[in-house]
Amino acid sequence: MIKSRYPAFPYIFFMAIFIVVPLLMVAYFAFTTGNGEFTLNNITKVGGYIPVIIKSLFLALVATVICLVLGYPFAFIMARKTNNIRRTMLMLIMLPMWMNFLLRTYSWMTILENNGLINRFLGLFGIGPFEMINTQGAVVLGMVYDYLPFMIVPLYTVLMKIDNSLIQAAQDLGGTPVQVFTHVVLPLSIPGITTGITMVFIPAVSTFIISRMLGGGSELMIGDLIEMQFTGAAYNPNLGAAISFVLMIIILICMGMMNQFDSDEDKKEENVAI
Amino acid sequence: MENNTVISLKDIVVGFDGEPVLRHINLDIHNHEFVTLLGPSGCGKTTTLRIIGGFVTPESGDVFFDGKKINNVPPYKREVNTVFQKYALFPNLNVFENIAFGLRLKKVPEKEIKERVFEMLDLVSMRGYERRDVNLLSGGQQQRVAIARALVNKPKVLLLDEPLGALDLKLRKEMQIELKKIQRETKITFVYVTHDQEEALTMSDTVVVMRAGEIQQIGTPIDIYNEPVNAFVADFIGESNIIDGVMKKDYLVNFAGRDFDCVDFGFEENESVDVVIRPEDIKISEPEKGQLTGVVESVIFKGVHYEIVVDGRDGFAWKIHSTLYEEPGREVGLSVIPDDIHIMHKMTGDDEK
Repeated sequence: MIKSRYPAFPYIFFMAIFIVVPLLMVAYFAFTTGNGEFTLNNITKVGGYIPVIIKSLFLALVATVICLVLGYPFAFIMARKTNNIRRTMLMLIMLPMWMNFLLRTYSWMTILENNGLINRFLGLFGIGPFEMINTQGAVVLGMVYDYLPFMIVPLYTVLMKIDNSLIQAAQDLGGTPVQVFTHVVLPLSIPGITTGITMVFIPAVSTFIISRMLGGGSELMIGDLIEMQFTGAAYNPNLGAAISFVLMIIILICMGMMNQFDSDEDKKEENVAI
Repeated sequence: MENNTVISLKDIVVGFDGEPVLRHINLDIHNHEFVTLLGPSGCGKTTTLRIIGGFVTPESGDVFFDGKKINNVPPYKREVNTVFQKYALFPNLNVFENIAFGLRLKKVPEKEIKERVFEMLDLVSMRGYERRDVNLLSGGQQQRVAIARALVNKPKVLLLDEPLGALDLKLRKEMQIELKKIQRETKITFVYVTHDQEEALTMSDTVVVMRAGEIQQIGTPIDIYNEPVNAFVADFIGESNIIDGVMKKDYLVNFAGRDFDCVDFGFEENESVDVVIRPEDIKISEPEKGQLTGVVESVIFKGVHYEIVVDGRDGFAWKIHSTLYEEPGREVGLSVIPDDIHIMHKMTGDDEK
């Protein structure tokens, strides 16, 4: 434990100004009318958007599961390689992230469009065109593409820390490759899995660029809905704040459930620290 | 020793990145034996152990287990278990579950698991710790759990990779005795890797001294200590004075400027040899009574004895262990009886690599 609390003051100050105050402002807007009078109308209006919320949660969940399924084997392989290969693989993962997020999403538009790259290629063989853009599939694809690194990196960090001697010990005690994975590697990588899920699910559930560009107007997500309340013709910051507020609560509940899986591990780590 | 070989290594060669690690290792390990692989770091002793465990595949040569060739048998199918250097306990499991790990994988009935785990807890004196978090155990306790986790599977052979390396001296001594006791009770063959010659001498039935990927000598601790085959073994097993000499004829050797009677024979006439004399075998006397004379250079108190360095007339610094104190600067005589003069062939150039 750090004895002196003074070094923490700048951070506490920063967090108060830029995190706590804005959160309070969101709550204030959510529960007031444009004139500043208390009301629950905004919150009740959010009820009308439940299908959008459910759809957003569903798409984000699908994207998160796909990221986990794709990312875990990759992270596992990467963690077992030599340092040089690791660095290269990590670099390849991070490389697309150096490019602008918007640009990356735009490029998917040109690939998926009705007269985009894929359809033109298939057209050469007289197949298609397929309706790919403006579908839920395209939105999920965009999410997976954009957020996969956020799944791989925490998984990789945890898997890399698993001592090779633990894996050898499990083999030595009669563990087949599958048993070694289910009995040792998987349980020890749970903290990475929960972190990865958190880091993909939260941005995915509230995204609005990806759904706007790859889902067209038809696949509205909760992020688009919030954005519209602030910038669109339907200008209504109070409703926007209310939707944000509800979304925040939902995410908090999701995270709370996730941490149930994780809590055992945390306890262990705390014990070690003592 | 009974002639029932359980593990047999035949002409094993291993290299990492082109560097030879093991060169033509031949070794038979017998049932119920406590075998120690002893040598300095980098001599290939751990690699030898890992070949038996199945974690390293030899480039050439064969590994036999109970007469069957097991070169390509993966570790999980081998009837050996390993106690790893850093214990490698599963941090997410408690003491009981760590020990039960191997049994659970084999789908042993729950009741039997419980019996066998508690039997092991008794064996390693850890009864009452079964619910403990392994991360909170001391080094010695973790070690006991690691041993129990390996032994609970009733392996034919237990491999131990410097298991006491991380413990303090007193705990090491206790564990040495305890390991020897466990080995006697369970009658399991132990293959033990260490760089600590005292540990090897204390516990083993057979000591295998290794150097630079080659076996130097295989023998009982007494053989190895009293009859080392070359200067390396002599130097590694305990402390030694190693001095160049010339074999004049059978039973007569010349070193340090004079002839000595000795008990060795069968060398060529005037062959250059290594003469090895243990520090405790040199007696200090009045100058006129000694075979050699010298001046006491330094005296270090070592607890049981003094380590005395005497500068000989010909410039050789003799290391002597004595329970009696000698004044530095004093002229003394040194003598050694023929039985304590060990003559060895010079190591060939190939060995020097």
